[in-house]
Amino acid sequence: MPSPRYWREVPTRFRLEASRCKSCGKTLYPARTICPGCRGTELDETKLSRKGKVVTSTVIHVPPTDFLMEAPFAMALVETPEGARLMMQVVDCKPQDVQPGMDVRFEFRLIRKEGKSGILCYGFKAIPA
Amino acid sequence: MREVAIVGAGMTRFGELWQSSLRRMFTDAASEALASAGVKQVDSIYVGNMSAGRFVSQEHLGPLLAGELGQAGAAAVRVESACASGGVALRQGFMDVASGMSDLVLATGVEKMTDGADVTEALATAADQELEAYHGITFPGLYAMIARAHMQRYGTTEEDLAWVSVKNHRHGAMNPKAQFGREVTVEQVMASTPVAEPLRLLHCSPVSDGAAAVLLCPLDQAARFTDRPIQIVGSGLATAPMALADREDPAVLDAVHRSAVKAYEMAGIGPADVDLAEVHDCFSIAEICCIEALGLVEKGTGRNAAGEGLTALGGRIPVNTSGGLKSKGHPVGATGVAQAIEIFEQLRGEAGDRQVLDAKVGLTQNMGGSGASSAVHVFRRV
Repeated sequence: MPSPRYWREVPTRFRLEASRCKSCGKTLYPARTICPGCRGTELDETKLSRKGKVVTSTVIHVPPTDFLMEAPFAMALVETPEGARLMMQVVDCKPQDVQPGMDVRFEFRLIRKEGKSGILCYGFKAIPA
Repeated sequence: MREVAIVGAGMTRFGELWQSSLRRMFTDAASEALASAGVKQVDSIYVGNMSAGRFVSQEHLGPLLAGELGQAGAAAVRVESACASGGVALRQGFMDVASGMSDLVLATGVEKMTDGADVTEALATAADQELEAYHGITFPGLYAMIARAHMQRYGTTEEDLAWVSVKNHRHGAMNPKAQFGREVTVEQVMASTPVAEPLRLLHCSPVSDGAAAVLLCPLDQAARFTDRPIQIVGSGLATAPMALADREDPAVLDAVHRSAVKAYEMAGIGPADVDLAEVHDCFSIAEICCIEALGLVEKGTGRNAAGEGLTALGGRIPVNTSGGLKSKGHPVGATGVAQAIEIFEQLRGEAGDRQVLDAKVGLTQNMGGSGASSAVHVFRRV
């Protein structure tokens, strides 16, 4: 992947910034300019809680190249109390223990070292609560 | 709108075709389609292809492949919708003829996946790069999450998933064009290497090379090319949110449902009128979700269909008589067109050992990404 996309500030990824639609009340993650639910364009800025519940999950045994050293690892779709959903790696536990319904909290971590240049890519990972 | 028919077809064998380049596979399949109808020159060519840029560092396939086929001068363009590229190329061809813009159109698909590119990474470009791939999720991983959600909601088991692979391999063993012409057992599937839990290697379609082509023309001109044209009576294309996170229920493939509703409406039929279907079983769970979304079985009951023989040859609604993506192979851009060829042959009574008796109406469903785009077509014997 080209690296400039990691140099620019990504408030959504680094500060968990989201939008709340003024017309339908839905919380949208990442922050957007158009609500996919009602097409509303009046949105408030909000931040997600750093916790959530696993909706569905998997354990990756055949990983992407940048994650070769980490397999097997757990990935989960996590829903925050605001109703936003995030795709996250779940760490600091046995991957097989990550199942739907599990409560997790988020920590800012290194996600990957990108390609040959090894650019450090950060973001949030989930940890059993 | 004019009525549209398929009057010719051609495809390569699917598999790891080390000796064939992308252009060679394309010209083999397209020449066969032209020759089968005795056609020398076409008005336009649509090339379904997901990622020749990544797989073989070649973009601009329209003019390249038109030239290779001796059709320089024709309108020719590549069509991309990830793994649904072939189905969307077919739809573009259908619309071109239906609108009256062109009389003779080649709808094709081709993918060369074994030339050394990082296949997992190339395929992952069909997922949301920022929200999904960035964090380490793979394509099997996304479908594994869909599978686990389906298991949670409907009680689907790993054995249910395994039966889809067993059935499709059984069908594929009768297809000389299939990548894996052999059967597998439930035990073999359930003992195969884990890829992304709960999915194992034998739940996954393979990495494949291949090309497929069909020739389209207005139905009222079809008699010039064949005595057994097959009419395309419905075409639907729909999308769903790209990221799994943005879908209300990860176990529901909404784009598949919406594209089916559009195609059924155009065809003036319902799911009960379909005699056989080719659906997008890139992973075993996908076939279960797709037959539910297409209305071929009731929601939540797709898990039993393969094991009980409902979707097997001889069952109420045979699904993937070609062997499906699982056994026939999945050169991603070619898949949607190859599905149409299986239905074309079935409705003409040319499917040999795999023939569904007295098949009149067939359906194809081809999807991109984790189900973010889906193209459905309905075909009828004339």
